[in-house]
Amino acid sequence: MRYPNYAMSAIVIHNGRIIDPANGRDEIGDLVIVDGKIADQSAIRNQKSAIEEIDATELIVAPGLIDMHVHLREPGFGHKETIASGARAAATGGFTTVVCMPNTLPVADNPSTITWIKDRARDSARVNVLPAGAISKNLEGLELAPIASIVQSGVIAITDDGKCVQNHELMRRAVEYARMVGVPVLDHCQDYNLVGHGVVNEGEWSTLLGLSGWPAAGEEAMVMRNILLAELCDHHIHCQHISAAGSIRLIREARGRGVKISGEVCPHHVALTDAAIQNFDTNCKMNPPLRTQRDIDAIIEGIADGTLTILCSDHAPHAAFEKEVEFDQAPFGIVGLETELGLFIDILVHKRKAISINRLIEMFTLEPARLLKIEVGTLSIGANADITLIDPDLEWTVDASSFESLSRNTPFGGWKLKGRAARTIVGGETVWQL
Amino acid sequence: MTTRWNRKDLLGLRELSVDEINLVLDTADAFKQVGTREIKKVPALRGKTLVNFFVEPSTRTRTSFELAAFRLSADVINISAATSSLSKGETLKDTAKILEANHVDIIVLRHNSAGAPQFLAERLRSSVINAGDGAHEHPTQGLLDTYTIREKKKRIEGLHVAIIGDILFSRVARSNIFALTKLGARVTLVGPSTLVPRDFEKLGVTISYDIDKVLPTADVVNLLRIQHERQRKEYFPGVGEYIRLFGLTKERAKLLKPDCLIMHPGPINRGVEIDSELADGNQSVILDQVTNGLAVRMAVLYLCGGIAA
Amino acid sequence: MNEKKTNTSSDKSILVMDAAAIRRALRRIAHEIIERNPDLSQIVLAGIPSRGNEIGRRIAETISAIERVSVPVGTIDVAMHRDDVGTRTELPVVRASTLPLPLETRTVVIIDDVLFTGRTVRAAMDAITSFGRPARIQLAVLIDRGHRELPIRADYVGKNLPTAPDEKVRLRLGKEESDEGVWLVKE
Repeated sequence: MRYPNYAMSAIVIHNGRIIDPANGRDEIGDLVIVDGKIADQSAIRNQKSAIEEIDATELIVAPGLIDMHVHLREPGFGHKETIASGARAAATGGFTTVVCMPNTLPVADNPSTITWIKDRARDSARVNVLPAGAISKNLEGLELAPIASIVQSGVIAITDDGKCVQNHELMRRAVEYARMVGVPVLDHCQDYNLVGHGVVNEGEWSTLLGLSGWPAAGEEAMVMRNILLAELCDHHIHCQHISAAGSIRLIREARGRGVKISGEVCPHHVALTDAAIQNFDTNCKMNPPLRTQRDIDAIIEGIADGTLTILCSDHAPHAAFEKEVEFDQAPFGIVGLETELGLFIDILVHKRKAISINRLIEMFTLEPARLLKIEVGTLSIGANADITLIDPDLEWTVDASSFESLSRNTPFGGWKLKGRAARTIVGGETVWQL
Repeated sequence: MTTRWNRKDLLGLRELSVDEINLVLDTADAFKQVGTREIKKVPALRGKTLVNFFVEPSTRTRTSFELAAFRLSADVINISAATSSLSKGETLKDTAKILEANHVDIIVLRHNSAGAPQFLAERLRSSVINAGDGAHEHPTQGLLDTYTIREKKKRIEGLHVAIIGDILFSRVARSNIFALTKLGARVTLVGPSTLVPRDFEKLGVTISYDIDKVLPTADVVNLLRIQHERQRKEYFPGVGEYIRLFGLTKERAKLLKPDCLIMHPGPINRGVEIDSELADGNQSVILDQVTNGLAVRMAVLYLCGGIAA
Repeated sequence: MNEKKTNTSSDKSILVMDAAAIRRALRRIAHEIIERNPDLSQIVLAGIPSRGNEIGRRIAETISAIERVSVPVGTIDVAMHRDDVGTRTELPVVRASTLPLPLETRTVVIIDDVLFTGRTVRAAMDAITSFGRPARIQLAVLIDRGHRELPIRADYVGKNLPTAPDEKVRLRLGKEESDEGVWLVKE
């Protein structure tokens, strides 16, 4: 049991800068936790037993961060990651809640698999693991998964992530159906015909290296499709891992008209351009691919002006032997949980000064919580005490060999970053600290 | 005198300097002369072991490397995808490690994945020679084409070279573009817009879709094989239309300068990219390319494999 | 291998042949070649790059001046015939060899500047025989400094120069006679 049934356990986090976007709060102060919940100062006035004291001087005290796009690989691919190891990686990265994608084996398109994931998370994960379920059976894009049943089993969103429903009619019905059961639809935007066998951004580098191109239009076409369907069905579609400038232009225009469309950003799409593939490094192979400086600038502009509202990792662990193959045969994706906060603070707050640390925290807490309608991401009195302490100015060097993730597939090894989590608290319990 | 060559591998021409390209061509000059001797064999790589590792089938290039190795007194074995453990699911890395454990000095790799030679080169002490990787590079073809042009025209700088055909999927085109532009030639790419994307302009070449405008000023035309047997139909409507727009017919050949060289890396589709008589005509240097390929490959093997590991 | 650097500015170098001495030595070699080879039309001089070519050219000029016959001078590049494959740490530059063919009835005189271990000459003989089977092969050198590692001796020697193994022989051939000379250098 996480919450023991004896008299009050109390924790006070002293002297931190408390940033709680859900309550519009940004002040230096003490945060009180009683019995795993955020509490008022008065709750410990007559406290008899010992109070655990945490000094947060110079640190930010933020609601526990949410990464709404991770692959934990269980069931089916325990050699890449387990729910337990992925949760440890999340804790190390400062995340108290993660949303895991359904492309497991078996696919999370049925109640028993969802239940298995939830049981496994309860038994082995030190952070909150919320499963997303499939849109289509076996992610094949041919017929709807039992969406209502898997929502009853506990999925908080549906997505075919890694795949993309090509049949617009099927997608339309999925969105309509999701509206009935009250979950958002997340979409990996990729037009299969336009993308073909593309493995890298179509442009100068694909031409130079003779690698099949994955044109930006392959993403933009599906973002447009999703905007039209969100309007048609009056329901929320969230576009995952936006990589192309055109997608942002489309989302900006649609959001301006009140369409229920949103987009998320992964750190690699603002940290690296497609020039990074020039030595055929498979740790720079992701889907969607790394694009150009123009795209990076557009993404950062979209983050700054609120077009793109959510930050996430697309944490995609792969074993070394799977990545250490010919470029076009390697699987897509990189691990991200343990580097994303550092990369985003470093790039968005320090280097590009696109957003404040407050907005960054909001994009990791309030924004995903609101989209997914989940009761996390706040420091309100009575909320579960999921808290991330952040040192926004700490300089550190990424060391992939020390990752908690079972996999090491990152292009960021050796990068010097400014800003990282200092302590991760879930339900009042410290699950990781620097 | 010792050479200024510091590479154990030849992966592509993009990374070579002008001096390095010229060194290969000069070294090829020396080795070309060996082919005229009564005993066409020198001990320059005696005791070295070379593996022709051809994951993608090829007869022409494999034979050329094999002969080149023989003439340098290296021992040669050939491995194809079908005879290697790759067909049993072994990874490229493991197969290569096995070769190295057998003390192979030079691996000549033909592979359908771009970057596969670099992948091996980064992991092995053995020399790795790229014999064509996907649509990436075919450096020895680029060098032998450049060598042939230099031999016939006595220079590269200032020449106008037209490369005609399927550029998008062609590793030969890329290696030629890198070598020729470095050495100061003017390169024009000609072919259907679907197979000659505009991104190539960033490599310092001109693109044209009108072959009749390009031919009169060309000093060299290099015709690439149109792979209509595997070309996806969306790239061009058919061979008939291709010939009408881009085929080097006898009629079109009249536009050529009399001393314009006609090149083709082979194998030729007679009557498609080039009229059959032109392929055998006096402007054709197609067989010189084959002869020179041997000399260039000897030079590359000598330079990359000649130093004690 | 022979030390062939052209730098002569070392304090420890001793001049052992000046331009006149070189000229006299090459003239004597030319005379000896004429004496030993009654049919000069069958003679080929094969210089080992790069100074062997220049020495060969001078000997051929002298023979031509004396006997009024033109003696062909070829190049025999030894780089691709060397015996240090597998141990060398630097790669010698290879050049094309040129010899008048066929060789079957001819006498090939290998021309080199300094005879030392004999390994270069062995490589040169290999190279020559890959062109055919000459009637005979002879060897002419400007300097024989000793320290042979193979059973090879020169037929024509400009000067025998006893040396210690750690000494070097430096030779310079230029357009100006005042620049020319052979020096013994102690390192």
